[in-house]
Amino acid sequence: MKIKLDTSGLGQSRWYEFLLRFAFGGVVTALAGLIAKRFGPEIGGLFLAFPAIFPATATLIEKHEKQKKERAGKNGTDRGKAAAGVDAAGAAMGSIGLAAFALVVWLRLPASGMSIVLIGATLAWFVTSVSVWEFRETIRRRARRGRLKASNRPHNAIHPAVHSGRSTNRRSHE
Amino acid sequence: MDVKEILLRTMVGGVMVSAFALLGDLLKPKTFAGLFGAAPSVALATIVLTVMKQGKEYVSVEARSMLLGSLAFFLYASVVSRLLMRRKLSLLPVTSLAIGLWLVCALGLWYAVQRVAG
Repeated sequence: MKIKLDTSGLGQSRWYEFLLRFAFGGVVTALAGLIAKRFGPEIGGLFLAFPAIFPATATLIEKHEKQKKERAGKNGTDRGKAAAGVDAAGAAMGSIGLAAFALVVWLRLPASGMSIVLIGATLAWFVTSVSVWEFRETIRRRARRGRLKASNRPHNAIHPAVHSGRSTNRRSHE
Repeated sequence: MDVKEILLRTMVGGVMVSAFALLGDLLKPKTFAGLFGAAPSVALATIVLTVMKQGKEYVSVEARSMLLGSLAFFLYASVVSRLLMRRKLSLLPVTSLAIGLWLVCALGLWYAVQRVAG
């Protein structure tokens, strides 16, 4: 599947949706700082990978997909949930990249400059996430191709015994 | 942490989260765009401000814990994806209640690491 840049989705978003994400992001960042201050960096660090923005983003995705289907005269409720589910699957893959980001910062920051470590860590997040996504896509493509081949194969090619007149069902002989 | 610093963190965090979310909005297919739902936006904003005030060692400790937080995030997103796609449950209760799962998992992992490390 090709990766595309598509600006058509932006037209669906309202100004308050951007504001909502800004507010969520800001509040979570401030809270992460306050938690670190109160409980120390070991507990505070956990919240650098807190999925706080995810419920808001998923809600917007569901809403947009639902509206799109309803405009086409279809029931968009299930489709909206499925779209949010697909987004969550992507976030799960992205979280593996997030672990790579944390690993680079943990191991490299004490000995190197902050800018270079953050650029390296962000690259590690991106490369890891995209590699996991590409790996999953390859597996899915192969599985789809396999299913397609199996469904196109003539029935007697799958069960040669049927073609030769022998039964493959052992129970029928018993 | 004074009010000025809280406001600064809120502004920087808001900008970073919005930037990555916008990037996710522009990309297709949806599974690829979903990668940006786990972008290190909060971490980038926090690290820059914390290094300036507390130093690199402090942030390195935070990053070690962030590693555990991201494993909890993986579990959170996998469970949410499965519940929405297979069970067709309502979105807001699923995504919000699963935050509890993230919290239990993250703190549980942290506790387990503390026990193992002695």
